[in-house]
Amino acid sequence: MTRNEIRNFAITIVLFALAALVPFAGSGYWLSIGVTIATYMVLSTSWALFSGPTHYISLATGAFYGIGMFVVGGGIDFIPYWGLVAIAGVLGAILSALIGLATLRLSGVYFVIFTLGLAEFIRQIVTWVQTTMGSSSGLYVLTDITEPMIYWELLILGAFVYLLGWWINRSRLGFALRIIGNDEVVAVHSGINTAYAKIILFIVSGTVATLVGALLAPRLSYIESSIAFSPMLSFIVVITALLGGAQRLWGPIVGVIPFMLAWDFLTATFPNQTTLMLGICFLLIVYAIPNGFAGLIEKHIPQLRGRRS
Amino acid sequence: MTTRSALSVKNATKRFGGLIAVSGMSFEIAEHEVLGLIGPNGSGKTTMMNLISGALSISSGHIQLFGQNISGLSAHSISRQGVARTFQLVRMLNSMTVLQNVEAGGVFGHQRLWGPSLQFQAEEMLEKVGMTVDMDSPISALTYIDQKRVELARALMSNPRLLLLDEWLAGLNPSELQIGIDLINKLRLEGRTIIVVEHVMDAIRSLCDRCVVMNGGIKIAEGTPQEVLTDEEVIRAYLGGHDA
Repeated sequence: MTRNEIRNFAITIVLFALAALVPFAGSGYWLSIGVTIATYMVLSTSWALFSGPTHYISLATGAFYGIGMFVVGGGIDFIPYWGLVAIAGVLGAILSALIGLATLRLSGVYFVIFTLGLAEFIRQIVTWVQTTMGSSSGLYVLTDITEPMIYWELLILGAFVYLLGWWINRSRLGFALRIIGNDEVVAVHSGINTAYAKIILFIVSGTVATLVGALLAPRLSYIESSIAFSPMLSFIVVITALLGGAQRLWGPIVGVIPFMLAWDFLTATFPNQTTLMLGICFLLIVYAIPNGFAGLIEKHIPQLRGRRS
Repeated sequence: MTTRSALSVKNATKRFGGLIAVSGMSFEIAEHEVLGLIGPNGSGKTTMMNLISGALSISSGHIQLFGQNISGLSAHSISRQGVARTFQLVRMLNSMTVLQNVEAGGVFGHQRLWGPSLQFQAEEMLEKVGMTVDMDSPISALTYIDQKRVELARALMSNPRLLLLDEWLAGLNPSELQIGIDLINKLRLEGRTIIVVEHVMDAIRSLCDRCVVMNGGIKIAEGTPQEVLTDEEVIRAYLGGHDA
C-alpha cells in the first residue's frame, strides 16, 4: 500500500467509527434519517461499482431490494431472521446472474428500459402470488430488531461494500471494467471476457441491494409490494450516485448525504410534488455537475494546492 | 525463414443477409512473414480482418492459427490465442493515461502481466514505438501519429503470434508515413508475423513479403508485391478495364 492509500484507509475507518456513534445521539429524527442515508449509501455505492465503470444504467435496484424484503416477510414465521437474510442474499445473487446473462448483451437505452420493466414485472408477479396464495395484500414482519441495530447492520454492509470496491479497483477485474467502459471493442480484442466481467459486477450490486431490502424489512413491520418495489428507489439510487460521482468509490456517499437531507426537507415541504422535485433535481445535476461532486472536488483540489504552494 | 504456417484461411465466406462480403477466401501466412492484404475500397479486406480477429463470425469455411481452429471462437478467446490488432479508425481509451492505454493490451490477452512487470513492459513498448510524450499524459494531448503509436504498442503488449494492422498508415502525412513504415519494418526484422491492410503502395512494396489481392470479396491475385502490382486483373480492379 502506498502512503496515500494508508491515509485514505485511516480516514475511512475514522468516518465509519463516527457514523457508528449516531444512535447514541439520542435523537429519533437523526437516527431515522441516518438509517435512510445508510440505506442509500450502500445501495448507491454498490450500484456504482457496476454502473460507474461500465456506464450501464441499471434501474433494477428496486426489484432486488423488494425481493429481499419479501423473502423476509414471507419466511419470518418459519425461518430465523438471519437465515432469511442469507437466503435473500443467495436468491439475489442467482437472480442477478440470470438477469445479467439475459440482458448485458443489450446496450445503452435498451438495458435501462429492460431493467425498469423488470422491476415492474417482478412486482406484478409478487402481487399475483400474494393475492392467489395468501389472504392479505401485505405481510407482517414483527421482530425485536431495533432501529439502531438496523443502522449498524447497514454500516457493516456498507464497510464491506467499500472494501470490496477498493479491492476490485486494484484488481485486474477493475482494470477490465474501466477498459470496457471506455471502448468495448478494444476490451474484447485485448482478450477481456466482457460478459463475464459485467455479470460479476452486476451480481455484486444485485446481491447487495437484496441484502439491504432484507435488513430493512423489520423496520417497516408491514410490507406491501407497492412500497417494497417502489421505482422511486431505483431512481434515487441513480440520482445520488450521479450527484456524488459514479467514477469514484467514495463518490456516491458524497452525493447521498446532501441529497437525503434536501430530500427530507422537500418531501416535508412539498408532500404532493415530490416526483416533480425529483425530476428537477435530476435535471439540475445532469446540467450543472455532470461529473458529480467527486468530479468537482477533484477538479478544484489541484487548483487549491497550486494556490497554496 | 521457416515454413511453419502461422495462419491458414480456407474457403472463408461471410454473408450479411444477401450480400456476400467475403467469398471463398483461402490463403496462408508462414511464421515471420509479412503479408499485404490489398484491394480497392469495399473489396472485403476489413471484413476479412474481422473474421480473423473474431469481431465477425464466419459464415462458412475455416481459419487456423498455428494448426488450431480459431474460427467460431469469440474475439476475446482469439485474442488470448495470440492474435492482436489495430483498428482502421484509431481506438483510444480516452479516460485513461497513455501508459494505461498500452497496459490494457498486456493483461488479459496472449500475455498476462500485472504489477511492476506490466508497467515495465508498457514503458519499454512505448519507447520501442518511438513515443516521446509523457506517459502519464491524457490521450487528448496526443497527435494523430502518437495515438497510432499507442495503439500499436497496445497490440504488441500481448506479444502476439499474429499481428493485424488495419490501415495503420492511413491518414499520416508524408514525413509521418516514413516514420510509420520504418516502425513496421522494425517489427518485421524482429520476426513478427503480420498482416497489413494498406492502400499506400510504397509501404506495400517495401514491407510485404507477399500480397493477397481482393476484389468484390474474392481473391484475384497472390504473389510478391512486384508480381501482383503488375498483374493485369489487379490493375483492372484498381483502375477499371481497357474500355473504360
